[in-house]
Amino acid sequence: MTHAVQQTDRRVRVPPINPAAIERRLQAGVSLTILTLLLLAWQFLPPLLDIPRYIIPTLSQCLSELARMFASEGLVGHTLSTAVYTVIGFLIGSALGAAIGYLLGMSPFWEKVLSPYILGLQIAPKVAFAPLFIMWFGYNAMPKLLVTVLIVFFPVLVNVLQAMRTVDRDLVNLARAYSLNRWQIFRKVEMPSTLPNLMAGLRIASTLAVIGVTVGELVGGSTGLGYLIAYGGGQANAAMVFNAIILLTLIGFVLYLVLERIETRALHYIPKAHG
Amino acid sequence: MALEFRQVSKRFPTVTRGEVTAVSGVSFVVNEGEFVSVVGPSGCGKSTILSMTAGLYSPSEGEVLVSGEPVNGPNPHVGFMLQKDLLLPWRDIVSNVEFGLESRGVEKAARRRRAMEELAHCHLEGFEHQYPYQLSGGMRQRAALARTLAIDPEIILLDEPFSALDAQTKLLIQNSFAKVIAEQRKTTLLITHDLAEAVLMSDRILVLSERPGTVISEIRVDLPHRDEPLKRRKMKEVAGYAAQIFALLKLEEKANA
Repeated sequence: MTHAVQQTDRRVRVPPINPAAIERRLQAGVSLTILTLLLLAWQFLPPLLDIPRYIIPTLSQCLSELARMFASEGLVGHTLSTAVYTVIGFLIGSALGAAIGYLLGMSPFWEKVLSPYILGLQIAPKVAFAPLFIMWFGYNAMPKLLVTVLIVFFPVLVNVLQAMRTVDRDLVNLARAYSLNRWQIFRKVEMPSTLPNLMAGLRIASTLAVIGVTVGELVGGSTGLGYLIAYGGGQANAAMVFNAIILLTLIGFVLYLVLERIETRALHYIPKAHG
Repeated sequence: MALEFRQVSKRFPTVTRGEVTAVSGVSFVVNEGEFVSVVGPSGCGKSTILSMTAGLYSPSEGEVLVSGEPVNGPNPHVGFMLQKDLLLPWRDIVSNVEFGLESRGVEKAARRRRAMEELAHCHLEGFEHQYPYQLSGGMRQRAALARTLAIDPEIILLDEPFSALDAQTKLLIQNSFAKVIAEQRKTTLLITHDLAEAVLMSDRILVLSERPGTVISEIRVDLPHRDEPLKRRKMKEVAGYAAQIFALLKLEEKANA
């Protein structure tokens, strides 16, 4: 009898299908082809169209400029500086955003009271604060860190707050019926329930962190890739600007990939749409 | 007696029209080891009765007593189950079963032992390290029962726990629930809208009126095999009982109205 129950209950396991692998290989192939075409166009189109190197430098010009920047502009130091401030700003901003999101999520009263201010600050263009921060703190690392923290803060806060509002009431009631206290309910039910939204917020924040640091460096400072963009722009050295943009993108990309890894690990219990 | 309602009424404030009375003057008793079902039209306050027993909110008037003591908040003697299994998706099955024990100062090893015992009772051996999404609806509901039994409650409250299951799984799960509950001699209150289910599983059935809900009738089910609904199902008396409740709920008049 009981055996029969288990038989009917057990889900049928579908063996891995080969077409999926073929599909994946096809995607990689097409993706690589597009990249090659883009690089070729970048190298050969500008000269063909008579576009000078101070407007659009070719791929090889950019690469030789990269080597020069590496040798005589302290490229590694600038890149590391930007990367480090991106990560620090991201960590502080998202920690603050998550903390305040959870606190407000636990107190509907304060959420209602503060939500217009939060909305206002969220709409205000955060990068516009950069000159103000320079006036307040001078030409040091503080302004760019503050811009980054501010810009990272909101998507995390909003995502966490939204998730706290939609935690399953019945789950919370179950925890209450099991005599869990407020802190245990938070730690064992609300926190894990909101984890998917927190991770989504962090992913958005990671892409914004790079913008924050760049703007800070652009407006004032003498280090970082943002500074190199301002410097290269002033000298009509488009190749330098191109290289700095590419490196900035790379920093954001790596941060995003790391977060995606963490997310896959942390949310392993959510079934994937594609096996 | 395990559970007693004394002239219980519950009113809820509403946004539009002041207050709404969910249940009014409800009195009944559930004896130890008894299986009692509550049936009634939708919106008659069945779930309100359950929530008050669980101590999630208190009655506006009257008293709810569990084992002779008034309920003033969530209490460790009551375990409840809903239509949703309420398993935590980020925990594997055995950790889910342990969930209710974690605020009770039970040691880790003892919790695990207890959880494995209940999983065995609910025929889920071998699935302890699966995650909820890997199980079928019926198995998830059995895991939820194991979690409810793990805290060794004096009363089990079931709020339509079978209504999301397909017809065949439902029969099997009803049977396995009935068996486990009878084996452990648990006092049980089942809230359901399924009249046949009430007849198959209960010793006694309370019929509620429309809102504000009040007990309009009490039916004793004098049939054997309470621990095996699949066997009881074959008895011809079942239809008679169901018809009796059907008449009490005036379903026919409603259909013709």
